Amino acid sequence: MCRLTAITSSKYFSPMENILALETMKEGHDGSGLGLTLKDLGGEFKELKEYPILSGICSKKGRETLDAYMDEMGFKLLYRWRPKIKPVKGILARDFYFAGVYDYPDEWKEKPFEEKEQLLMNTRLTLRKMGEADESIFVFSFYPDVITLKEVGDPLQISEFFGLDKNILKAKIIFAQGRQNTNYQIYLYACHPFFIQGYCTMTNGENTAFVPIREFLMSRGFPGYMGYNSDSEVFCHILHYSVRQLGFPITYYKDIITPLKWEEIQQRPDREALSLIKMSLRPLCIDGPNMVIGFTPDGTCFMVQDSKKLRPGVVGGVKGKYALMSELCGLDKVIPERDSSKDIYPMKYDMVIVSPEAKEVKVWNQLQA
Amino acid sequence: MEPVTGLRLDYNHKLTIKEFPYIVRWREDRCKRCGQCTAVCPNGAIKPAVKYMRVIESGGDTPKPRPVRRIIHVIEQVDNIENYCTGCAMCSLVCPNNAIEPEYNPQNKFLFYKNRGGEGYKRGGRRNDPGVSTLDRLKFTRISMLTDPALDAGRHEFRVRSYIGRILPPEELPLKVEDGRLVIDKSSGKFIPPVREIFPIMIGSMSIGALSPHMWEGLAMGVAYLNEVEGIPVVMCSGEGGFPPRLLKSRYVKYFILQIASGYFGWDSILHTLPYMTDDPAAIEIKYGQGAKPGDGGLLMAPKVIRLIAEIRGVPQYVDLPSPPTHQTKYSIEESVMKMIQSMSMALGFRIPVYPKISGTRTAKAVLNNLARNPYAAALCIDGEDGGTGAAYNVSLDKMGHPIASNIRECYLDLVKQGKQNELPLIAAGGIGKKGNLAANAAALIMLGASAVAVGKYIMQATADCLGDEYNRCNLCNTGKCPRGITTQDPKLYRRLDPDKVAERLVEVIKAADVELRKIFAPMGRSTELPIGMSDGLSIDDKAMAERLEISYAC
Repeated sequence: MCRLTAITSSKYFSPMENILALETMKEGHDGSGLGLTLKDLGGEFKELKEYPILSGICSKKGRETLDAYMDEMGFKLLYRWRPKIKPVKGILARDFYFAGVYDYPDEWKEKPFEEKEQLLMNTRLTLRKMGEADESIFVFSFYPDVITLKEVGDPLQISEFFGLDKNILKAKIIFAQGRQNTNYQIYLYACHPFFIQGYCTMTNGENTAFVPIREFLMSRGFPGYMGYNSDSEVFCHILHYSVRQLGFPITYYKDIITPLKWEEIQQRPDREALSLIKMSLRPLCIDGPNMVIGFTPDGTCFMVQDSKKLRPGVVGGVKGKYALMSELCGLDKVIPERDSSKDIYPMKYDMVIVSPEAKEVKVWNQLQA
Repeated sequence: MEPVTGLRLDYNHKLTIKEFPYIVRWREDRCKRCGQCTAVCPNGAIKPAVKYMRVIESGGDTPKPRPVRRIIHVIEQVDNIENYCTGCAMCSLVCPNNAIEPEYNPQNKFLFYKNRGGEGYKRGGRRNDPGVSTLDRLKFTRISMLTDPALDAGRHEFRVRSYIGRILPPEELPLKVEDGRLVIDKSSGKFIPPVREIFPIMIGSMSIGALSPHMWEGLAMGVAYLNEVEGIPVVMCSGEGGFPPRLLKSRYVKYFILQIASGYFGWDSILHTLPYMTDDPAAIEIKYGQGAKPGDGGLLMAPKVIRLIAEIRGVPQYVDLPSPPTHQTKYSIEESVMKMIQSMSMALGFRIPVYPKISGTRTAKAVLNNLARNPYAAALCIDGEDGGTGAAYNVSLDKMGHPIASNIRECYLDLVKQGKQNELPLIAAGGIGKKGNLAANAAALIMLGASAVAVGKYIMQATADCLGDEYNRCNLCNTGKCPRGITTQDPKLYRRLDPDKVAERLVEVIKAADVELRKIFAPMGRSTELPIGMSDGLSIDDKAMAERLEISYAC
């Protein structure tokens, strides 16, 4: 079972906080990978918020291919951040880790953001396809104000490897996952967090309903619903599908993945709509065991469990800084000064929602909504 | 030398008992000559006979065996092919001394002779194939272990339910957001098709007429009990034969699917009862084909058309009631599917799911695609070659049709390509529980893509002890002489069947299947929704089959 640390704050902080929290949960991850997604970036990226950032890894050959393609598409490179790699035993260094900030092609500059989002995603997908067979290009996200880093190895060692301890990268929302590889291969694209068009999730546990969900998503006709090297990637796409594509308020994410029973639906004021959703989105129902942590483009973070609460999770913190963790020890490490009696252990009907800038935490209850 | 009478010695047109599918083993020493076996035999395959024979006797103070000649009474198997022993073993059932039993004769040459009068062999039952079916070769291999703990079938909540009815795709739901909540946008005028929640095992279409009054009544009572007392929403299809008007007007009608087929039997009465109905039926099934006899029509033979049946069907008594192989008034798929579905929907106020049933066929996808584009089509039922029937030509039963597994799978995958796998439920039928594995076969079909399964023969076997098996045993449904009283209109026969017991057994069968389904789903980590299309849960021990079904191969 993977270990998850998500921190949302009104101030910029270093991903080392997440990594050190993961270190306290070390018995729960086996060094098969670390994934980091940073949103609302500080430091060097603070002034570049409106420009998309392409995060990924390339071989030498892949870099040439990538640059040529981005040139051809008309993307102009404004800034490229590269971690200073420190060789660490056990981590096989790849040629080129990068987060490149691009300006949109001229003809796209005035287009609405929704259309730009499609361009960014399609570009990422094309690059992924170009470099997937020979593993010359890995691209994890291409979106404004978001950076994703992934590598195979122990989280603490990887942070040393990337030099994250030098306080270079900072953000207001950082998700990190320490992988416990289970039934799928150790592969970078299988590493959480998963990101699509501003929506991001990471999950622990397996997803027993993976195949019907994957088939349903892939048949929606949306090109971004692909990949699925991990059975957890669908959680991110369900979020994107329900909130962005269908326009549902975020709480319906919980209603989709863990639908209420008919008699429970009758208690809800939106019972008519909920009844339709229960049937129409039946293939997206999960059975766990899962705990999902995610964020949406506005910086809202949330945590939900499967309908039997088969995986743990805790949310706690102080005003201006909250952490959403798979284990309490991680929370103690990150925000020791909080009032731990106010920690929230979401139960099967709960969705814990932390508002942007970590202003407030609210527990939305599916039964009493 | 020729006999003086001038008659030729011609034995060539007489059969020996060895040509027959079952040979009656009778034990002279045990038989007390009560005559029950000959009285009960539905096919007149045994008869009492008187013989003058040489027998060995011992008697007296110092017994010594000695041959004597005397007249004795025996039970003899008839060597007339029309009175062949069907192997039903009613004789064994009634014999007080275990003196008689039929024995299957694998060397029989039955089909070489059962066409006297130029008429092909007709029978009831289903495809006589004693081999292991594909459904029984499918195994559930995705067992949750350690990384994703298995659920507890006894402790966790399970919801083993499915839907019939057109389910709108999420993109087309008429919803809008108000105060952070979703509400139905009534101004959109969007038609929301009716959908029924059902237990995924349905009772397949068996008509009043094909079934005896006691059998049909027993099943109907069992269905009502399951719904009202056990809370298991099992639905049952009426078959083509009308529906008792009193039941039609009752609230129990909601547990029944009314079938309309090419003979339209009973629909005059149903349509006249419509204004008096207080509840809606669960659905309407339009029968275009039947897995047991694809492309062939139905026939209720004259002797079965007693007064009750004649009244329900709206026909004279004691006349043959053939249903044509196709709906005669329709000439194309647009006519037969679109207009028929819309007409039936309209007749019932668009409140009831209307779906067609076809026999398994390589052309199923063509029908499917037509339905996928028809917003009123509520489902598609595909009846595979192992489905049963009350009467059909043996050649249709044995050789015509398509196995259900790959037919359902290819249709499901076709829907997946179109993103309509949740929109148009597939109902699989034909051979479910053929070897007794009702829940396992149902679960396998669900994981291949079916939303529900319809079962007939298994239900007859399990609830009323139908004798038929895959060795051509009994299969007398077409003759009206069903020895169990299941498929007969002869009161002397159907009074053997207690409708209360049928109902009781149906409840037991469904409750047991419900538990077994949980026992299959729990170790696979599924409980909240039916694992429709969860093909990673299935494996088969044949590479070609695995490839065809797009599942994994395991050995």
